[in-house]
Amino acid sequence: MPVRVQAEPFDFGKECAGFGQGGSSTGAVVAFLGRVRDDSGSLVRMEIEHYPGMTEKAIGAIAAEASRRWCLNDVLVVHRHGKLTPGEAIMMVATAARHRVAAFEAAEFLMDYLKSRAPFWKKEIAADGAAWVSAIAEDEQALDRW
Amino acid sequence: MIDVLYFAWVRERIGLPKERVETNALTVADLVAELTAREDRYAAAFADVSALRVALDQELADFSAPLKGIREVAFFPPMTGG
Repeated sequence: MPVRVQAEPFDFGKECAGFGQGGSSTGAVVAFLGRVRDDSGSLVRMEIEHYPGMTEKAIGAIAAEASRRWCLNDVLVVHRHGKLTPGEAIMMVATAARHRVAAFEAAEFLMDYLKSRAPFWKKEIAADGAAWVSAIAEDEQALDRW
Repeated sequence: MIDVLYFAWVRERIGLPKERVETNALTVADLVAELTAREDRYAAAFADVSALRVALDQELADFSAPLKGIREVAFFPPMTGG
């Protein structure tokens, strides 16, 4: 179950091209890419801190739960940490299943849990100062649907 | 002895990422009370524990959880991954 936590950039296209190729029972692949968004127009960079050790364990447990619930043929999570600039890829998830409903749902489940159960913290560095990104209630509530 | 780790603004307020703490605290809440009594920077970081999360040996836990057998405690704000 590939889970990668890394400072280095990743190539989304290459990751997708190589994903879910094992076996012929996969009829659906869903991939999601998260990027650094600049709402204010003044974001200089984003710094992502994480908890080495716990991060990998927490994501592994989330991915294992997704695989169990939706019977996934393959799952991939890549999440970066360190300094990122606006527009850069932060993270991706990919899921492979027999049918699309399972692949879509599992990808959403992974995203919902990664947002509030994987130990990452984002800090936005803007021209006029720096601030930690606050967790939002909707992200916590999103877990209730699962 | 227990390793105590701090992340994000908790780390910034306390001013260090990790320390070894000699403690007889029975629960996380007891440990928080001990740390808070130390210095203002700890009191500032732990002023509102409802804004904090805690992990024991890298698993999320409650502030009422016992510390017996635990080697690593981490305090941090709600996570903002994804």
